[in-house]
Amino acid sequence: MSFWGYPRPDGSAGARNYVGVISTVTCANDVAQWIAEKVPGCAPFTHQQGCGQTKPDMETVHRTLISLGCNPNLAAVVLVSLGCEGSADHIVDGIAASGKPVAKVAIQELGGVGAAFAEGLRLARQMAEDASRINPQEVDDSQLMIGVKCGASDTTSGLGANPSIGAACDMLIARGGSCIFGETPEIMGAEHILATRAVSPEVGHKILEIVDRMERRALAMGVDMRGANPSRGNIAAGLTSIEEKSLGAIVKGGTTPIKGVCEYGERPQGKGLFILDGPGQEPKAVTGLAAAGAQVILFSTGIGAPQGFPFVPVIKVTANPQTYQRLSEHMDLYVDIAAQADHLQLGRALFDETLAVASGKRTKAELLGYGNFPDIWVTGTTF
Amino acid sequence: MQKKAILIDKKDNVATALCELNKGDSIDVGIEDHAVTTVLSQDIPFGHKYALKDIGQGEAVVKYGEAIGLATQAIRQGEHVHIHNVESQKGRGDKR
Repeated sequence: MSFWGYPRPDGSAGARNYVGVISTVTCANDVAQWIAEKVPGCAPFTHQQGCGQTKPDMETVHRTLISLGCNPNLAAVVLVSLGCEGSADHIVDGIAASGKPVAKVAIQELGGVGAAFAEGLRLARQMAEDASRINPQEVDDSQLMIGVKCGASDTTSGLGANPSIGAACDMLIARGGSCIFGETPEIMGAEHILATRAVSPEVGHKILEIVDRMERRALAMGVDMRGANPSRGNIAAGLTSIEEKSLGAIVKGGTTPIKGVCEYGERPQGKGLFILDGPGQEPKAVTGLAAAGAQVILFSTGIGAPQGFPFVPVIKVTANPQTYQRLSEHMDLYVDIAAQADHLQLGRALFDETLAVASGKRTKAELLGYGNFPDIWVTGTTF
Repeated sequence: MQKKAILIDKKDNVATALCELNKGDSIDVGIEDHAVTTVLSQDIPFGHKYALKDIGQGEAVVKYGEAIGLATQAIRQGEHVHIHNVESQKGRGDKR
């Protein structure tokens, strides 16, 4: 099995061929957005971070921006910097290590947002022209990494959509590819099961540690986490506790051994199944998967989330028949639990769709142009 | 034949509705040779759970073969099982 991917200098292959226009700090967002809007073939990444934060959060932001720039779906990157945040050169160097073209425009150095916009346009147009010369090639599916996420879950997510996505993950991993899933709060209550599937005691310990860290954040707030996760919508749809939600959520990664645990913004080393530390909240969770290097995201939803991402196609899968009918505008695939089809068969259909999307088929979120307000997850406050 | 509800693991003491279920309905669920028939004492909305057997106060509510929380009151067979009678054991900053 294979897909049509865009070859990159580091040997990876993109499912898309965008020029990424990435802001290094929230103050540069408008200029990044303007450039991406004006140049066909560009995709923006803007966020609310990058200044007034302590060292651990700043390191997370920088690591995430470098990893996003290295995602194979980007042919080249224009970084838009304010200047005084001081991180742009470090991020340029990090992305340049992948071998792809990267350039910086800094608003304060160039003499204002107008000048930065003009210079950014010039660079982005040249990069988009160069990128348009890259032809897709037939690439072995072992080059693929699927990011897996569930959002706006209900009880059908754990019964139908997640196990089917899990079966698709097992198929890709059997063929030498990689999958990554996370949402640490949605491992809580099921971490003991995942820990027994770790390839080593160290990895098992890390799984327990990220869940413990996340639970301690909830405990420090002095409140019941229920209401935040599971959310009000989850509860109205029948999910009673985080344990129930987690037990239904962890099956979305399939059944293979867990090779490693990545910090948010890190990229997995090697092939197979990985866990990503991070939140369940969608705009930040999906960013983490894109930063990990996923070229395609399989996203299960019960109640019906519209989520997309600027440069990674997000395939929406639901097992809720009402959602599939009512929100057909955002739903890519339906999994029928009541018809008793087995998850392997359903997983095969999802796997085929994933390869089709990796080869260029547009997802509903792409066709709607939805998902242009992502963010980066940090754990500290802003000062 | 479309299933009206689903049982996931033989150890479970709850099942999940796959359509709107009504008080008085008699619902069959099963896995292999393990079959359970329950007469519902309350309406159960789509996606919500009902008790397959009596669950005592403080006992674990089990789904996927694992505890999803503890019963905060006695739950009778056929009753709706949700946040009104189950509490989570995780992320409980309010219980410190």
